[in-house]
Amino acid sequence: MSVATTDAPADAAKPARSRRAGPERRPGLSRWLPYLLLAPAVLLELLIHIIPMLVGIWMSFVKLTKFYIANWSAAPWAGLGNYKVAVDFDNAVGEGLLKSFGVTIAFSLITVALSWTLGMAAAVALQPPFRGRSWVRTLFLVPYALPAYAGILTWNFMLQRDTGIVNHILVDNLGLASDRPFWLLGGNALVSLITVAVWKLWTFAFLTLMAGLQSIPRDVYEAAAVDGAGNLRQWRNITLPSLRPVNLVLVLVLFLWTFSDFNTPYVLFGTAQPPAGDLITFHIYNASFLTWNFGSGAAMSVLLLIFLMIVTGIYLFVTGRRSRRA
Amino acid sequence: MRLRSLVAAAAVTALGISLAACGGSDSGDSSGGSSGGDQTLTYWASNQGTSLDNDKEVLTPVLQKFTQETGIKVNLEVIGWNDLQTRIQTAITSGQAPDVVNIGNTWAASLQATDAFLPFDGEAMDAIGGKDKFVPTALATGGKEGTDPTSVPLYGLAYGMYYNKAMFAAAGLQPPKTWEEMVAAAKKLTNPAKNQYGMALAAGSYTENVHFAFINAAQNGADWFDKDGKPTFTGDGQVQGVLRYLDLMQKDKVANPSNAQYDNGTKSVNDFATKKVAMIINQNNANSSIAANGMKSSEYGVVPFPAPADAANQTASHVAGINLSIFKNTKNKDAALKFVKFMTDPGTQATLGKPFASLPVLKDAKPVFTDNAEEAATFQDIYNTKSKPLPLVPAEDQYESTVGKAMNAMFAKIATGGTVTADEVKAALKTAEDQVAASS
Repeated sequence: MSVATTDAPADAAKPARSRRAGPERRPGLSRWLPYLLLAPAVLLELLIHIIPMLVGIWMSFVKLTKFYIANWSAAPWAGLGNYKVAVDFDNAVGEGLLKSFGVTIAFSLITVALSWTLGMAAAVALQPPFRGRSWVRTLFLVPYALPAYAGILTWNFMLQRDTGIVNHILVDNLGLASDRPFWLLGGNALVSLITVAVWKLWTFAFLTLMAGLQSIPRDVYEAAAVDGAGNLRQWRNITLPSLRPVNLVLVLVLFLWTFSDFNTPYVLFGTAQPPAGDLITFHIYNASFLTWNFGSGAAMSVLLLIFLMIVTGIYLFVTGRRSRRA
Repeated sequence: MRLRSLVAAAAVTALGISLAACGGSDSGDSSGGSSGGDQTLTYWASNQGTSLDNDKEVLTPVLQKFTQETGIKVNLEVIGWNDLQTRIQTAITSGQAPDVVNIGNTWAASLQATDAFLPFDGEAMDAIGGKDKFVPTALATGGKEGTDPTSVPLYGLAYGMYYNKAMFAAAGLQPPKTWEEMVAAAKKLTNPAKNQYGMALAAGSYTENVHFAFINAAQNGADWFDKDGKPTFTGDGQVQGVLRYLDLMQKDKVANPSNAQYDNGTKSVNDFATKKVAMIINQNNANSSIAANGMKSSEYGVVPFPAPADAANQTASHVAGINLSIFKNTKNKDAALKFVKFMTDPGTQATLGKPFASLPVLKDAKPVFTDNAEEAATFQDIYNTKSKPLPLVPAEDQYESTVGKAMNAMFAKIATGGTVTADEVKAALKTAEDQVAASS
């Protein structure tokens, strides 16, 4: 997320630069007008994104524990101390971070894969016109329109062991299990977490892919059908390549959102989060706010930022090279 | 040209507004002249009644009385327990703080370490009526031993073991005096086939869990921190104490595995009040929830949380409760001290003791939280003679979160069919100890 935002001011500044190269006809105030117009945006960008980020990086190098939060400036310099603790995997803190990182990777990959697959399937299925198509499309967008907290809280009720509707249907109505399973504890917690995250996310994939599909000319499909290509072949050889630019951005955005998802574990598990649902943003929150060690939490955040920047960089490099070759 | 200058002017104005907006946050909501006249205090109250609105209803007439007596207005905000600690942290970090705040008394030493609160030194203590008016054990929770406390007791609480009289009579049982008797009684009252269990535990609440880790270890004569404030979590007394409590679900099977999802004490209290279980171990503020569910105080009895027959110590509770603190950077120090004096006054204490089901923190006060004289006497006795304060060290908050969450995880493992051995308890406590050591 932060990767995208740091790019923004640089992009925004470009038109201004190119204009300066032109003949200098307008003296005085008007020469500064573009900068003045940009200033509020740049200023807000600095205030909302850049400065907090820099403060976060500074925090990661100081010992900002409860002894110093009332007077930040007195916090002693910790050098790389916070980072050392975070990446010392023999130590409880580092080990916890590593486990949480592993859970988050698994969670992100599965969630993105499922969301994309569902979104693609629904977008393709709703492409040919039929009666009530717009109704179904609208219905699919409900999870995206619901406030996240309300939706996740409802899932929390549904997944309770004794009173939840999931167990009521699975155990009481269908008799699939004799013993009521826990959905928010133990290993099932990851399944529940992924289910809720996919429920929340797939409609975004659906919406984006549906928009992408609109731009593929109908006659390409008709020509392919005449040549004897079946539905699967059409999808593989026409739909997928045509949606490539959409997919490139979509998958990256889905991954970054999922990886830094905080709301879902926070609302679904409350204070009693199980190890299987210990996503990294939530882990960092706990490391900062429960133990009041904001320096350590900031160091973990910076590590997370670096990791996401590397992943994004590699992703853009690899996909960019491949599209140039094609 | 005119249009252009107009646009430029608009841009400059927008800039000015955004700057003003960031500058604006400097003036806090706790303002109010320090010079007599119209003073306003901001007071953050914790949730003591049955809901945030209920707290407001109870406190408003009390605060009005204070305003009548002193001319000082009080701006009240009631904050739920899930948010209170984070709100206080944010207040400390930003300096945008209320004047007076309620804290869970177990946080006292941790909050004292932030240096954001006013120490009740000789002068400030005299201003609120002197330290001699408080129950000594209650006042001892106000901060680290040997320092001027940064908080004073407001509402006292203690754990007791509630039992359903009718269920005990029907099974021919006497109220337990030892841990073994309690487990035997609970077993007799458990019938999983009928979904009937002897006890309910808030096994998914890390704050409840850590209290029981503390009390059970105390009964074994074990402490969680040494004299230098270093964590000592892995001793035999601590491990066995934690395991004993886990075994209520694991070995003795007297608690429903679903209890692993009970993330606050109210859920187990409701099970007791609706007669799903025969026993709970809870603080005396359970009374308000029990009454709200329609159970009468004559239908249950309370005994001290029993220790094993061979226990080293008869500790039955930690010194629980709510304390009052004043933020050091208050602009209304004198008014804040007057307010603390008023809230810890015998009259105010008597008014609030009943609706908030709290024990008096004043030496000569009588408990008013229940109409059951026997229950009142039992709790008073537990609070005054069988309670031990949680570790009064700056790392106390980390002890709560690390050990409490470790117990959450172990209960979850038991509930989902796994077993937890003494070695695993020790390993979990070692991890907790490392976490505390790493950030202190």
